[in-house]
Amino acid sequence: MSIMKEENIFSKELIAFIEEWKEKPGNLIMVLHRVQEEFGFISRESADKVALMLDMPLATIYGVLSFYHFFKMVKPGEHNIQICLGTACYLKGGDALVDELTNLLGIELGGVTEDGKFSLEGVRCVGCCGLAPVISIGGEVFGKVTKDQLPGIISKYN
Amino acid sequence: MAFRNYILVCGGTACESSKANAIYEALLAECKAQGVADEVQVLKTGCFGFCEQGPIVKILPEDSFYVQIKPEDAKELIAEHVVKGREVKRLLYTKDCGRKHARVEDIEFYQKQFRIVLRNCGFIDPENIEEYIAREGYVALEKVLFEMSSDDVIAELRTAGLRGRGGAGFPTWMKWNFTRQAESDQKFIVVNADEGDPGAYMDRSTLEGDPHSVLEAMIIAGKTVGSNQGYIYIRAEYPLAIKRLEIAMAQAREMGLLGKNILGSGFDFDIEIRLGAGAFVCGEETALLASIEGKRGMPVPRPPFPAVKGLWGKPTVINNVETWANIAMIIVKGGDWFSRIGTADSSGTKVFALTGKIRNSGLVEVPMGTTLREIIYDIGGGIADGKEFKAVQTGGPSGGVITKEYLDTPIDFGSLTKLGSMMGSGGMIIMDEDDCIVDVAKFYLNFSVDESCGKCSPCRIGGRSLANLLEKISKGNGELADLDQMIEIGEAMKKASLCALGQTAPNPILSSLHYFRDEYLAHIVDKKCPAGKCKSLISYNILPDKCIGCTACARKCPVAAISGERREVHVIDQAACIKCGVCFETCKFGAIEVR
Repeated sequence: MSIMKEENIFSKELIAFIEEWKEKPGNLIMVLHRVQEEFGFISRESADKVALMLDMPLATIYGVLSFYHFFKMVKPGEHNIQICLGTACYLKGGDALVDELTNLLGIELGGVTEDGKFSLEGVRCVGCCGLAPVISIGGEVFGKVTKDQLPGIISKYN
Repeated sequence: MAFRNYILVCGGTACESSKANAIYEALLAECKAQGVADEVQVLKTGCFGFCEQGPIVKILPEDSFYVQIKPEDAKELIAEHVVKGREVKRLLYTKDCGRKHARVEDIEFYQKQFRIVLRNCGFIDPENIEEYIAREGYVALEKVLFEMSSDDVIAELRTAGLRGRGGAGFPTWMKWNFTRQAESDQKFIVVNADEGDPGAYMDRSTLEGDPHSVLEAMIIAGKTVGSNQGYIYIRAEYPLAIKRLEIAMAQAREMGLLGKNILGSGFDFDIEIRLGAGAFVCGEETALLASIEGKRGMPVPRPPFPAVKGLWGKPTVINNVETWANIAMIIVKGGDWFSRIGTADSSGTKVFALTGKIRNSGLVEVPMGTTLREIIYDIGGGIADGKEFKAVQTGGPSGGVITKEYLDTPIDFGSLTKLGSMMGSGGMIIMDEDDCIVDVAKFYLNFSVDESCGKCSPCRIGGRSLANLLEKISKGNGELADLDQMIEIGEAMKKASLCALGQTAPNPILSSLHYFRDEYLAHIVDKKCPAGKCKSLISYNILPDKCIGCTACARKCPVAAISGERREVHVIDQAACIKCGVCFETCKFGAIEVR
């Protein structure tokens, strides 16, 4: 419980950012981006805090949070594995990578492993179609990935 | 000032992911180590477009085109090319015929291209405003601020015949003119950089490679229509493009090209970046504006059009990145020049992201009127791995398939629509014989269903019904009546949906049903998937006369569905088989057949 609280302490920079944007019209999405940048996701507690700071109903915030794919409401794993599900990657076997990774990690798309080490996320086109199929782990992009390479790639992060 | 050599390292996202940054650093370090740091300039540019061969390094003035470079190659490149003046042959791009020595103008990939939008991509350092200025940058702005009236600018755009590159192709001059004529205390300029088509990255590459071209055009629009504030709405998934835009804006401000009293003209204009958050529907202009306002990105009925009543109810010019990137050149070279490029219906060029089963994936810019065949075969090098061309999808989830009979169609807005597809934003996905048309339609439909905002029922319910029918067909439970039902639902969605997402979502089905009805029938009547993609409709079988009993497949099978003694014919237990295809990939003797 004490960890939970600590996780939701907004840093000085974050508070300053919200203060700066407070009066600008249409600030909510930008503020939520900044919150997610800090915590990796947007918890209920964070949303409460944003509601207070922006003087906005929590329902409005959740309306926006749940509408956009980019915002996460569940804490991702230490290493978030993004599998590109754009068209080029799909045609070149991206779906087979999904099958193999769910198999290897024992979680579905959107899930987090029990030890909190890995999470699996399907994303829309990371824009490296020439490298299809692509997965990206913590910003590092792996291109022309085959099923056989996956155990090796995963083990790098274990 | 002049350097002996200029080394250009591609810094587009695809090349960055394959270590372009490390290559850049290694080249810099080697220049120092080998004592030529003062004679050579190493630059990180925007995307060269030839992503298939990345990471790419180009060395001027020889114009040597080095491909698939690794950081370890830096030492040799500097020692040989720069110090000794000898090209490193093993790293040069090699054509199929095996001829080395390819210079940029020799490479077919570039020969039929004509670059307006991507004019600076891969030529300049996008993080240095002076390089943009050196290539006629901000000349157009100066002209608009001091020499041209708003009428002149709009007339020039009208002569140019520039149409919106985001998909619908609405004449740009008309949009600007509506906003100019609207009376309001506040007007806005908006860039739509919410590139949502999965498999397309034209706008990202433009922003990464030449951010100033978009900024300059926004300021020009601001002056023309009477607006002091612009917004760039860009996908949060494009961190590199965002970073380069921020740098470009800061540099422009410092030089007095952005902010108060631009170039002493008394005109003020500023720009703010707003991040998208992953919603395809926000490519629709009214939904995008709602998102800038911090709301759920749901479209509203038009009219009123944003040009009259847009952001916060104020008149707003909203154009797509590629449209913006054309503006400055039209002002500099004249609308007449632009109108002579392309076709009568569609002037100028179009950028496409050529991907899928194509040999040369990459970013290409061609004059309108270029045929699909020229793009796919001359520029793209044809189908990869010697397979047969099946279809090309333009317009992403909103477009349709085009078959080989129509490959000689010149590309423009009208001709693609006539074929049941559309120009779209520029995604061009090539499919080969291994791709199942039903499966691809299902992929696109599931995308549209997932991205539907749910506001209007034709899209929300119609899309889901179509996806369900496709699922049923791909599972082998389809009936003939399903085909008519899909057409009926699709036509209703086209007529009744609120925005373009719902209106175009049925296109992948309607067009594939038109051109590939046989393939649907194979799934429904014969219960077969000719491409061998729909798992419920295929089975893996071992051919007794080819199996030598090596046991390789049995050892690899994840569910132990293959049995057989060593050196004896193996058998697959069809009830246990999960159709993962591992045995097929494993067998070296071609003894496994997909039926």
